[in-house]
Amino acid sequence: MVNVPTALTERNFFTKLHTFFSVFSYLDPQQNETCQMHIVIIGNGIAGITAARHIRKRSDHQITVISGETDHFFSRTALMYIYMGHQRFEDTKPYEDWFWEKNRIELLRGVVEKVDTKTKKLHFLSKREMAYDKLILACGSKSNKFGWPGQDLDGVQGLYNYQDLEAMEYSSSGLQQALIVGGGLIGIEMAEMFHSRHIPVTMLVREKSFWKIVLPLEESAMINRHILENGIDLRLETEMKEIWGEKDGRVKMVLTTKGEKIHCGFVGLTVGVSPNIEFLRFGEIELEKGILVNEYLETNVPDVYAIGDCAQLREPKPGRRPIEAVWYTGRMMGETVAHTVCGTNTSYDPGIWFNSAKFFDIEYQVYGTVLANPPEDHASIYWEHPAGRMSIRIVYDKNDGAVIGFNLMGVRYRHEVCEKWLRERTHVEEVLQNLGIANFDPEFYKEYEGEVIKIYNQQTGNNLLLKKKRGLSRALEFLKN
Amino acid sequence: MMLKKIGITLFVIALLVFTAMLGLDSYRLSSESIATNSEFHKKEILAQAEAVGMVGKEYTSSFAFISDFKMVLENAQQSLNGQELPDGVSEWDFKIGSWNVKDYTFQTVQNSGEGLVSKNPLLFFLLTFGLGILGGLLYILPNFQSIPGIKNNHVYHRSLTRGLKVGLRGSFLAATVIGVIVFGFFYMNGDLFWPITTAVMALVIIGLVLFYEKQKKNIGDRSASPDLTGWLGVFTGVYLIGFYILLYWSPQYLTPWIVMVSPISEVLSGNPASQWFLYGLLYTVIVIVMGVRMIAKYRHNNYQVVRTLSVMFFQTCIAFILPEILVRLNQPYFDFKNIWPLDYDFFFDWNLNTLMESGSLGIFMLVWGVVLTVIGVPLITYFFGKRWYCSWVCGCGGLAETMGDPFRQLSDKSLKAWKYERWIIHSVLAFAVVMTILVLYTYFTGAYNVLFLNSDTVRTWYGFLIGSAFAGVVGTGFYPLMGNRTWCRFGCPLAAYLGLVQKFKSRFRITVNGGQCISCGNCSTYCEMGIDVRHYAQRGQDVVRSSCVGCGVCAAVCPRGVLRLENAGEDVATRTEDLKVIHIAEGEVRILN
Repeated sequence: MVNVPTALTERNFFTKLHTFFSVFSYLDPQQNETCQMHIVIIGNGIAGITAARHIRKRSDHQITVISGETDHFFSRTALMYIYMGHQRFEDTKPYEDWFWEKNRIELLRGVVEKVDTKTKKLHFLSKREMAYDKLILACGSKSNKFGWPGQDLDGVQGLYNYQDLEAMEYSSSGLQQALIVGGGLIGIEMAEMFHSRHIPVTMLVREKSFWKIVLPLEESAMINRHILENGIDLRLETEMKEIWGEKDGRVKMVLTTKGEKIHCGFVGLTVGVSPNIEFLRFGEIELEKGILVNEYLETNVPDVYAIGDCAQLREPKPGRRPIEAVWYTGRMMGETVAHTVCGTNTSYDPGIWFNSAKFFDIEYQVYGTVLANPPEDHASIYWEHPAGRMSIRIVYDKNDGAVIGFNLMGVRYRHEVCEKWLRERTHVEEVLQNLGIANFDPEFYKEYEGEVIKIYNQQTGNNLLLKKKRGLSRALEFLKN
Repeated sequence: MMLKKIGITLFVIALLVFTAMLGLDSYRLSSESIATNSEFHKKEILAQAEAVGMVGKEYTSSFAFISDFKMVLENAQQSLNGQELPDGVSEWDFKIGSWNVKDYTFQTVQNSGEGLVSKNPLLFFLLTFGLGILGGLLYILPNFQSIPGIKNNHVYHRSLTRGLKVGLRGSFLAATVIGVIVFGFFYMNGDLFWPITTAVMALVIIGLVLFYEKQKKNIGDRSASPDLTGWLGVFTGVYLIGFYILLYWSPQYLTPWIVMVSPISEVLSGNPASQWFLYGLLYTVIVIVMGVRMIAKYRHNNYQVVRTLSVMFFQTCIAFILPEILVRLNQPYFDFKNIWPLDYDFFFDWNLNTLMESGSLGIFMLVWGVVLTVIGVPLITYFFGKRWYCSWVCGCGGLAETMGDPFRQLSDKSLKAWKYERWIIHSVLAFAVVMTILVLYTYFTGAYNVLFLNSDTVRTWYGFLIGSAFAGVVGTGFYPLMGNRTWCRFGCPLAAYLGLVQKFKSRFRITVNGGQCISCGNCSTYCEMGIDVRHYAQRGQDVVRSSCVGCGVCAAVCPRGVLRLENAGEDVATRTEDLKVIHIAEGEVRILN
């Protein structure tokens, strides 16, 4: 159904010639400073590709990007749309295939088995070797498996890479019932995928409510309702205990912690991801859960960097996690490391937290800090549409009234406007009175900012009014000041 | 589900009846059914028909009838041309010109039809239009029951909407271009000049893109991958192409359809239907029924709902009903929303004369048309972008946004396609301007020849090549092959004009929401104009493109709320400068606003 071009296994003649001549640059160490380096990036996801693009923008170094997954960069977040028939694999590639040659970014399909940091060489599964001057590890994640009995049966898998999608497609023909373990973003995506093909889905969620570790109570309840109204069999506070298989090795049934037996031909493991770093074990590079890096994204080994899902910050910024397997942080790290690699030491600063997702038909955006279990001094204003598919939450600090977070369901807010309020710790009342300029919904959409203010007024006995409505001119005026 | 199945079955039955009815009637020539505008012609044609035994003979197919009648006409032509002019009769009235032949054939076939369709036009109207509408609505209305949200499931799994291989698409395109040029040769009565000029222009544009723009390497097209070919889509494309060829150039084979809708035309304008009435009615019905589908699909999105209601209104009331009523009131047929240069015959002598002879209303129409072109287009486009016309008002846009919605993903997003687009659409605009200048020159001076160009042949060729072949055959026939905006993107001279204003002086842009883009590509996939929206979105650059018709679907399908269609006057000149996802500035780290 989906076509991936055949692998690029050999670099072209010109490149070989180039590598040959670049050897001579080592003879003169001074020349080496200014001369071309060979920068090798392992992983062609958003982090690795962003790094490659920005290194090319800023330098003339030789760049090689290695991937065992696909020949070309594609958007991992769009895998579900291929399965659902919204897009073809071709459509998920952010750059046309000629882009790489034009920008002199060499793409190599292959699997690195071992990194020898002493000789600065990569050893491939195919027994091939490659020398590097600087190495950027952007090797991403793999789906978690927690040692369940039967977890390696056919039809038991996560959804992270392209091969997972192929496996899912393969398992889908004739599938009568799918089961998904885990109440997170990938889990609900998988549910939507099967739902699009009218394959019945059961979801096992450990918590009392969907994504309860991240979403506040009301939003989590909204998504619960939405999952149910889409006909998904959602089972809360239930975990998987064992997976039983057929004689031919395919999955047959799942046993839950509540003792239920659920017949299913597919089990989706969506209980998070962890760094894909097995091939670095027993090497010089210091690892913990991920590849340990400092603020410059440097590992303990000189000339080796790590970015994206696989990187673990030794000292994350306050309020941030050491590993953030998110598209946006991968992109920021890629850009940051490009500067450092090209000679301008730049420390990684992810800025104010933001993220987004979509749960079936409900879009989700978050800016700043919105906690599932907020501390005492966080107050929040929460408005929800009567139809129950839209909500706005604004979190502020009780002590000084500073706004600290926005949580949106089914409503779109402007990134820059929210960021500016958050960075400047603007008082919640000023934010509320100008809330219209944050609204990013399409034209002719109803604006609900007035309702949010009403709720604040009810909570506090204030009498605030909305001063500014939606509109680009008003937003620009605010941002330019 | 059951309703949907019944609906699609009824629709298919209606389509089968609609197609089959073209062969149901029989034809019999009689002295009453010969349509001419001169007594001499009628007498001679009748005599010639009797000589070959055609009068009173029953023909079971229009093909046989037309072929015999053509022979009769040729004989009559020869016979009359060989005779002396009677006293006091002009040559025009006496001799049969080649321009008479098409008209006489078309009218006579209509008059000579007898049988099922001619006897029961209303029954057939109910079986085709009625059943088709009913089936379509039964198929569409259940969509209102689903949970509101973007539902593009299985677009690329369906044979009708998945598109076709690059090679096959190229073959279709090449065959159509060659077919049009060869047919153009006969259309221009054997004059080689224009067909050759067109072929040379086509080669020049291909050369420009391949060599001047150096696009040789960029063979990989995004719009198709090797294992995808939707045969149902190919079939639909062929059906539509066939329909347009007959409609424009051989309407005599479509007479049963015209006879069928004639009673409706009589009610509206008091006149029997022409093929244009048939086309207008069909067009309007499709826009309404598929408009309902569009509203069902995007009912959570008010921009889409209001916009769709707008195109439905303009097509039904302003483009279809109002002109018919004007005719009934003895006023000129006039579509108030059609603007030069899309309305390429606005400045033709017959139109100018008609308007100027029609009293104050005619003069108002003339001024209205000129003001819209000269002031309306730039002014409104400055405020709202070209969307005010292309996806809110225009009839071509109306069809593209309703019937064409299932095919929007088939537009080619490659850089190469964009390069072709710019060369082709601006060439058409230049052609339209030159043609109009020549026509006006002739109108004011009476002289037909300027340099080596004859204004009459230029405008005939423009009408054939751009007005019919490009706008109709390719423009709509290629919906399932190259997407629903093929005409608007590559051919429409008004779109080119609006686009220039939008690009250089407009408050409109598509704003990108900070760094929220995940490069998933839904925006690019569903952009009917083939704009690679993602290219802009992922770097946080607001989208300002001359081709953007502001349909708003990119913003609708975006799963992360990244895009918004907006107007603002503060930064017209610098709309595209900020790159919002660059988080690193030289030597330090900061988040740029």
